Amino acid sequence: MSETVKKFLYVNRKAPYGTIYAQEALEVVLIGAAFDQDVSLAFLDDGVFQLTKGQDTKEIGLKNFSATYRALGDYEVTKLYVEKESLEERGLTLDDLQNIEYEDEDDDYAEKPSIRLVTRAEMAEVMADQDVVLSF
Amino acid sequence: MAAYDVNGTSVEHDEEGYITNLGDWTKELADVIAAAEEVDMTDEHWAVVNFLRDYYEEYQIAPAVRVLIKSIKKSMGPEVGNNKYMYELFPYGPAKQACKIAGLPKPTGCV
Repeated sequence: MSETVKKFLYVNRKAPYGTIYAQEALEVVLIGAAFDQDVSLAFLDDGVFQLTKGQDTKEIGLKNFSATYRALGDYEVTKLYVEKESLEERGLTLDDLQNIEYEDEDDDYAEKPSIRLVTRAEMAEVMADQDVVLSF
Repeated sequence: MAAYDVNGTSVEHDEEGYITNLGDWTKELADVIAAAEEVDMTDEHWAVVNFLRDYYEEYQIAPAVRVLIKSIKKSMGPEVGNNKYMYELFPYGPAKQACKIAGLPKPTGCV
């Protein structure tokens, strides 16, 4: 199957709870991970809020699925590109985001950060480099 | 809606046997579900069920079967964490059947 590996990028641009997009995107990523493709996620615009820590959904009666991003490493989804400008425009820094790590099997299971901070220009390059871009 | 009977208390489940309210789960209920599934619970079965509950508690999802097996292999060793052994424990699928006994929703991507 290795000869058919494609680069998939799931682009997340919406806040986690106002619409169903964020949760559905995450579900698609988890299901799609079974197909052994090269998967990356991008977080920009309000999508950066999806990764914030300390989310509390009690008052809105929805499931807090933010913990599930930390399971992505188990599914071999280890590249989470976060756009620097989107964070800055919302008064956020990397410290406001969850610590998301994956275990590198090729490096004695060392825990490495999955979040990669990129500039808007770098994000454009990441997108241009993909075979398939799915926007949510 | 159908329900399990745990010492006279009824616990609702969906048409496939997954309980409706995750908070209803108890060890006694797990034994009742296991009996309905014709699974004889051993320490190994409990280890898998407890692992699934811990995973759900931490990540809010039931892991896919290959993630489950990989994680069990890491925590409990290759003699437990392999496909063959896991299917011996849970003949109708380790993720699907063990999640049902663990009182979790059906794993994401499981049809």
